Amino acid sequence: MTFPGVKALQNVDFTLREGEIHALMGENGAGKSTLIKCLTGVNDFEQGEIQMEGKSIRNHSTLDAQKNGISTVYQEVNLCPNLSVAENLFIGREPLTKIGVINRKAMMNRARELMQKLDIQVDVTKTLDSYSIAIQQMIAIARAVDMECKVLILDEPTSSLDDKEVEKLFTLMRSLRDQGIGIIFVTHFLEQVYAVCDRITVLRNGQLVGEYQIADLPRLKLVAAMMGKDFDDLQSIKSKEDETVFGEMEIEAKGLSHARKIKPFDLDIHKGEVIGLTGLLGSGRSELARCIYGADKAQTGTLKVGGREAKINAPIDAMRLGMGLLPDDRKAEGIVEDLSVRENIMLAMQSLKGVRAKIPMDKQMEITKKYIELLEIKTPSTETLVKQLSGGNQQKVIIARWLATDPDFLILDEPTRGIDVGTKTEIQKLVVDLARQGKSVIFISSEIEEMLRTCNRLAVLRDGEKVGELTENLTQESVMKAIAGGERN
Amino acid sequence: MKSVKDWFKKISKKPLFLPLFSVFLVLVINVIYDAVQGNYIFSFFTFELKEGALYGRIVDILNRGSEAAILAIGMTLVVSSSGGTDISVGSVMSLAGSLCCMLLAGFGVTHVRGPEELQMPIWVGAVAGIAIAGVVGLFNGFLVARMKIQPMVATLIFFTAGRAIGLLLTNNKMVYILLDEFKWFGLGKTWILPTPTVIAAICIALMVLVLRFTSLGMYVQSVGINPRASRIAGINSAAIILLCYIICGLYAGVAGIVATSRIYSADSNNIGLNLELDAILAVALGGNSLGGGRFNLAGSIIGAYTIQAITTTMYALGVAKAQAPVYKAIIVILIVVVQSPAVKAYFAHRKAQKESLAIAGRS
Repeated sequence: MTFPGVKALQNVDFTLREGEIHALMGENGAGKSTLIKCLTGVNDFEQGEIQMEGKSIRNHSTLDAQKNGISTVYQEVNLCPNLSVAENLFIGREPLTKIGVINRKAMMNRARELMQKLDIQVDVTKTLDSYSIAIQQMIAIARAVDMECKVLILDEPTSSLDDKEVEKLFTLMRSLRDQGIGIIFVTHFLEQVYAVCDRITVLRNGQLVGEYQIADLPRLKLVAAMMGKDFDDLQSIKSKEDETVFGEMEIEAKGLSHARKIKPFDLDIHKGEVIGLTGLLGSGRSELARCIYGADKAQTGTLKVGGREAKINAPIDAMRLGMGLLPDDRKAEGIVEDLSVRENIMLAMQSLKGVRAKIPMDKQMEITKKYIELLEIKTPSTETLVKQLSGGNQQKVIIARWLATDPDFLILDEPTRGIDVGTKTEIQKLVVDLARQGKSVIFISSEIEEMLRTCNRLAVLRDGEKVGELTENLTQESVMKAIAGGERN
Repeated sequence: MKSVKDWFKKISKKPLFLPLFSVFLVLVINVIYDAVQGNYIFSFFTFELKEGALYGRIVDILNRGSEAAILAIGMTLVVSSSGGTDISVGSVMSLAGSLCCMLLAGFGVTHVRGPEELQMPIWVGAVAGIAIAGVVGLFNGFLVARMKIQPMVATLIFFTAGRAIGLLLTNNKMVYILLDEFKWFGLGKTWILPTPTVIAAICIALMVLVLRFTSLGMYVQSVGINPRASRIAGINSAAIILLCYIICGLYAGVAGIVATSRIYSADSNNIGLNLELDAILAVALGGNSLGGGRFNLAGSIIGAYTIQAITTTMYALGVAKAQAPVYKAIIVILIVVVQSPAVKAYFAHRKAQKESLAIAGRS
């Protein structure tokens, strides 16, 4: 299997035993997704063989794979958002009545049973898109589990789940393992690998690095195997002096709110400050940031930018005030997949200049090349379509898009989700660098550790409400406590 | 031999390869036909200068393909930005022509035989016709961009109403403008070229200049591919879509004036009949996805002329007018299938397989 400019997978052996959870690890572009796509028939492979229970099989489509007992749940939920939960669970295998019509009642009942068995609390008659991505993911897994599979592939299933949901998923995975199902688990979260997996296979640049028992591969060695180099000390990126004095006020939000998404909140951000928004999934982290940026127009309250009152009706107004937003859903709101790397990078800068002032092509090339080099974006050329890049490189392209506009205030919503460890560190360093240059940053991440490394201050959110701020004694424990709130321990 | 193969491989990857290749095929058919008939084999390519005007089959194709080419420009933008088609353009052509003739003749008057009977200068009538088409475009664009109505449904309104409004304006009668000045748009010549080809060339040149010197092209594609991401990046998606529909409407108006001038009368029921389909087909033939996103203007325009070339060739081959659409359909099927993602994927797969085998053989 080849992607432009890169051989995506080369001579990789992979064995999965009955009743084990096998982690498939590697940085972005290592070939994990490609390997999975070959196994499940999404992509065809040119060389090699797949054996299952001693028989050679070849899947030409996901349907083939499912017939052979291989089910997959991808990072992005591949279900139909406008159909009901029950319909989604039974698409293509609906229970029929005697005369061949879909038996809706039986379908609903079976869907409810399944949801109860897996302890997912949803109304199966509601449409899928009325639930959060996390719940949708759980439903996708439920669908796969219900298909009597022997091999279950989970491709980054935990990216959008919070800790409680992850634990629930793990419980489910363990019980499936005990039933003899082999599970391939792809994730970027190292802790999760050690929490649930039995063996690890590591890939790098499309090639096999090795297969290990979990006990034989401590965390540092795993990271080293994935990156092919010694692990960069993450603790060192933020020095102590960064935390002392900040410039003048950049953003002052007072009583901003958006109906049903985020209750009125106040937030001050200084120049040169990195402020983290933390809270459980669905606590309103993204919504707060989007409210400031005008992606969801604020319905109440006032916003001052650089001391002056600002009216923001649409993102372009925010951009004119020097803001930028990297949204959490890269595929839906970040990349424009059929445009080239150059066009994707130029997009925000061009829309700031207006449609009439086209940036000359040589200038465009200059800027594009500058950021490809600066952020080490791996792309065959400036004119490669951005959809052909791996996830981490796509994310870098969007970061480049905003850096090109030279923003004073940047909102990064989950910039490191679904990205390999090396790129994660690069992005964290970048954030700290931006702050040193006097820019303000809102940083949103599900990984508390990452926030502690980069942020000067944390705003804590719970159930769509900003409940407090943490400035001193930022430790994993104190943040967890704040997120969980007083009533829980 | 190898270099020819390499050269073919290289050019077959260019985005314009297939539309150009289909033009080439049509030309070859013509040459073979002439050879079989015992004519001068390159008679398809001959030009003749008679009474200061250029004649020849190519000139004829360019001339008759003008309206479709003009429509294809606007249609390309609409398809790209909104992922839907504007099916009202044929009716809008007729509406523009009807309004123009009604204004020139006066309401209820059916014949204008001399300049003294004109109610206003011809250019005012023409501009008014184009303007009404622009207003319809604005209406369509408003429904699609602001009201979020599916393009086909939104434009269906004027697909049905356009001709009826035209009939209302002309009081249900044919309105003849029997003046050479009016016939100039469709039947006259500019220098030695038929005026429609010149008008089409100006329309194309205008759009090329706009795309070259503004970033409209990138905006349109960006909005067509991912409107949400475009909005976050500061683009007003609704405004861009609206603009595309207005441009499409204006171009339909221009095509309408040309088509009306060709028959020097407002024949509301027949002007631009089925031309929206040719325009949509031209966009598809040009290698553009009708699902929106990336577009290739040159492809659409070549597509429009290809359709005309097919039609003209059919007539030259002696195919009866009634049967021509059947053969046209067969050719279209061939071109569309060759361009389809399934066929492309098949060849990409074959290529990758060969490469892998080559690598395996070496190691």
